[in-house]
Amino acid sequence: MPFDISDIRADFPILSQAIYKRPLIYFDNAATTQKPLQVINAISDYYLHDNCNIHRGVHYLSVKATEAFEEARKEIREFINAPSTHEVVFTKGASESLNLVASSFGKKFLGPGDEVITTIMEHHSNFVPWQIICEEKGATLKVANILPDGRLDLEHLYSLITERTKIIALTHVSNVLGTINPIKEIIAYAHAKGIPVLVDGAQGVSHMKVDVTDLDCDFYCFSGHKMYGPMGIGILYGKEKWLEEFPPYQSGGEMVKDVTIEKTTYNELPFKFEAGTPNVEGVMGLRAAVQYLKNLGMDEIHAYEDSLLKHAVERLSAIKDMRFFGTAPSKASLVSFLIGDIHPFDAGTIIDKMGIAVRTGHHCAQPLIDHFGISGTVRASFAFYNTIEEIDKLADAVSRVKTMFR
Amino acid sequence: MTIQEIENQLVDEFAAFDDWLDKYDLILDMGKSLPPIDPKYKTDQFIISGCQSKVWLHAEFRNGKVNFTADSDAIITKGIVSMLVSVLSGQTPDAIQSADLSFINRIGLNEHLSPTRSNGLASMVKQMKLYAMVFKMKS
Repeated sequence: MPFDISDIRADFPILSQAIYKRPLIYFDNAATTQKPLQVINAISDYYLHDNCNIHRGVHYLSVKATEAFEEARKEIREFINAPSTHEVVFTKGASESLNLVASSFGKKFLGPGDEVITTIMEHHSNFVPWQIICEEKGATLKVANILPDGRLDLEHLYSLITERTKIIALTHVSNVLGTINPIKEIIAYAHAKGIPVLVDGAQGVSHMKVDVTDLDCDFYCFSGHKMYGPMGIGILYGKEKWLEEFPPYQSGGEMVKDVTIEKTTYNELPFKFEAGTPNVEGVMGLRAAVQYLKNLGMDEIHAYEDSLLKHAVERLSAIKDMRFFGTAPSKASLVSFLIGDIHPFDAGTIIDKMGIAVRTGHHCAQPLIDHFGISGTVRASFAFYNTIEEIDKLADAVSRVKTMFR
Repeated sequence: MTIQEIENQLVDEFAAFDDWLDKYDLILDMGKSLPPIDPKYKTDQFIISGCQSKVWLHAEFRNGKVNFTADSDAIITKGIVSMLVSVLSGQTPDAIQSADLSFINRIGLNEHLSPTRSNGLASMVKQMKLYAMVFKMKS
């Protein structure tokens, strides 16, 4: 399907507003994406016509809502090509998915002297939960380095593996560097040594086709709000063999089979990990987002975003004193940079006053920012509704910042 | 000058500009004219950390007045720090504690004092008032 940018932008009314009397240019998509009308309408339609508690009750609305909910699960299973809907768990978001795995895997499988490997480019949500569970269980957290261009140092990663390594937890795409990690290769290597792999896909699913069966990852986590869906909903994909073994993460209604005063047995997958009333509106919104992306085509999205990235790198590299963080040959559509010695907060504030939304600071990746010895970066992250003209405006803004702070 | 008079002067200076970028040019200039803090106070002991830009603040009490010196690693933050210091420094503890600093709002810079963790300014104002309170109690 050919990419008609003005058609696409018409689906996102939020993009047509003015900020400080200038047209909004939204380049903070790695933090959260905007939602098309199709997603917004799916949520309000749900409350207008279909709202009901699900999996309980025999009345009309309840059955209808339950069917829609489980239909959504099927569509998401298909979107990531998971083998079974038993392996698709609805969570609050990637952070909750990652916490669930760290906590449950750790409870069951980590003991004193065991090892967990992660990387220095991780978002705090795939770093801190592992720190915590390792400390609790007396396990060691090992951290793989990066190469100067932001690629993962595979040699170093592999050198960290010992017979005590119980799991490798790493990101699919770095939210600071944009680096796309060769996760299929890493998973194959780890599996040959009997080590499972968790992938933080928060920055992955929106930019490219993700096939968890082809990747053969043990866990894949992502958030709805970073892929044009609503906030408060996310997915944990986990291989059935692991999820069966895990103790429940949260308990209460829905995730039980039988409850007596003496003892409680748990529901089957995936419900074992879906305690309480789910975020049904969120699931409806996420389903609409998946349908929207399917309509555009992930390959088409990837190609268009790649062209945006190339243009951004070309325009920004032409400005003197630019410092780029993350220049891997394989990267997603975002750029992290500093303009000479100008503090990222200063740069971001001025760029904001020109109507351009970028993010500044450590981007919830303090170990990575510390590694570079800086206080933070300015990050512009692009989506399929951004344009070449908007990137040109960013380049102009950067030049303006340079002049102001000389 | 009283706090109110200094605040009004600042508001007037900014009122001359309509465009945000011109206002920020002025903020940058103010940052440049902030009297330097003694380097020995640029330590963790005197730091007020925001998520992104750092602020160092030192205060001393002399002849019934509180004198502040400060610095920041971001120039815009430094500019706003400079304004806060020019308004509150050399004033009595009572005047500092009761200052409402409405000039920030009137200039339109209240976003910089918002609790978004971006900078240490909101915490800095709190700290300045705390210093005033402590100096008053001790004297």
